[in-house]
Amino acid sequence: MSVMSKPITNSVLEGNRLALARLLTQVENHSPEGRAALAELFPHTGKAHLIGVTGAPGTGKSSLVNQLALHYRKTENKKVAIIAVDPSSPFTGGAVLGDRVRMRDLSGDDGVFIRSMASRGSVGGIAQTTAAFAQIFDAAGYEIVIIETVGAGQSEVDIARLAHTTIVVEAPGLGDDIQAIKAGILEIADVLVINKADRPGVEHTERALCSTLALAHPIPRVYRHHGQTMTVMVPAGAKNLPALEPDSSATRSDMVIWIPPINKTVATEGKGIADVAESIAKHAEHLHVTGDWASRDRARLRSELEAALEAALMSRFFANIQNEKYNDVVEQVVGRTLSPHEAVRKLLNGSSKQENV
Amino acid sequence: MSEHKIRVLVAKPGLDGHDRGAKVVARALRDAGMEVIYTGLRQTPEMIAEAALQEDVDVVGLSILSGAHMALAPRIVELLKANGQDKVKVFIGGIVPDEDMPRLKEMGITGIYGPGASTEDIVKDILEAMK
Ligand SMILES: Nc1nc2c(ncn2[C@@H]2O[C@H](COP(=O)(O)OP(=O)(O)O)[C@@H](O)[C@H]2O)c(=O)[nH]1
Ligand SMILES: [Mg+2]
Repeated sequence: MSVMSKPITNSVLEGNRLALARLLTQVENHSPEGRAALAELFPHTGKAHLIGVTGAPGTGKSSLVNQLALHYRKTENKKVAIIAVDPSSPFTGGAVLGDRVRMRDLSGDDGVFIRSMASRGSVGGIAQTTAAFAQIFDAAGYEIVIIETVGAGQSEVDIARLAHTTIVVEAPGLGDDIQAIKAGILEIADVLVINKADRPGVEHTERALCSTLALAHPIPRVYRHHGQTMTVMVPAGAKNLPALEPDSSATRSDMVIWIPPINKTVATEGKGIADVAESIAKHAEHLHVTGDWASRDRARLRSELEAALEAALMSRFFANIQNEKYNDVVEQVVGRTLSPHEAVRKLLNGSSKQENV
Repeated sequence: MSEHKIRVLVAKPGLDGHDRGAKVVARALRDAGMEVIYTGLRQTPEMIAEAALQEDVDVVGLSILSGAHMALAPRIVELLKANGQDKVKVFIGGIVPDEDMPRLKEMGITGIYGPGASTEDIVKDILEAMK
């Protein structure tokens, strides 16, 4: 592609959709032009609300994203970008990306941009590309960036770290709910959605969610009992609180703890969507009030910096070492005559002095 | 550094109601290592061009069984061009009478496949067109 990085970033900032689409491709392919453009756009980022949507296949994530985007367009007139991630086939590297099928209501609206993305193998890579995509949309003026991923492990956790607000979607009747409702995934949830609330078994799913949630998010409460202050861990949603006098300071400590709300939706009919949007807004407010918005931003950028630093140091290291020398050290490690730690010392200092660490 | 994957939009314009053929082709393209964006039934030419733009695809594959290819295909080619995507190759699968073929090719359609076509041929032709 012969587009120079300067014009492409200008076009992206001016709202040119073709330039935006092409830049996403360049970044996805790790081209040098893409990297240069990202650097130029970086000062324009930091304004968007990044919302992650995750959950098992078929729970209705795409349908929910479609409705949420419609909601933001209609009631708040915010520009919405959607990054829909689906797995690549590990055998052929190809992918069928079908999330757009559920998002046809969004077509014909210039305030919406949907991009499908195949995971292309590496777990770390997908988080990196997703972060870069989010930055590009952010710079291009999309106030809401929704990232849909299939709930299947480490990539969700990475994407939750990227998003300001993570929504975990569950649905009744997906077979084994205990399997679907894993405590691990609940830990990353800021908002829980039980979609397909029109289906039988919603109460069952809700009960299962509540009890798993209670384990994942115990609430500390401070009580005064016989003149003594004591902290009690109360499971979220617990009905039978101990009959103690709540201390007034407890109210304040409750406010800084975010308990993921549970919202019920029928995404195919647009039911319950306003409640989800309200939960998302409350979560954003919570992040701002507590300062978590800024500290999450800081932590994220710092880890991005460190990942880039690590990659740069590695490539500098390999550029400055002879293959033979490196392979020799690898052989010694494999032969158990040198530990990996000693090997690093040897490679970095050029000395093999043994020291006790 | 070149990690480019061929991206293909598979769409079904028009009103006819089933997409079995389109799904078979989508899977064959995936198995050939391509990234297929599947958009589903009853797409208007405008919806198809918009999706092709957002997804920055290299290829658009249209499944048209309704006989409306002479109306739909040129319109889609025209919209792709208007959006600046004049390098995108358009393929059609469906029932196209022989006498329509030359005109479709003239309008910029790269390949046309009847119900008996093999997915291997489609894959081969797309790879060829991408060279
Ligand atoms: N009954 C019912 N079906 C739904 C609902 N939401 C989504 N679906 C259907 O569930 C299937 C999977 O939806 P999709 O949004 O693609 O799920 P995803 O795989 O999680 O993205 C589709 O057939 C949807 O039409 C809902 O609230 N109720
Ligand atoms: Mg989906």
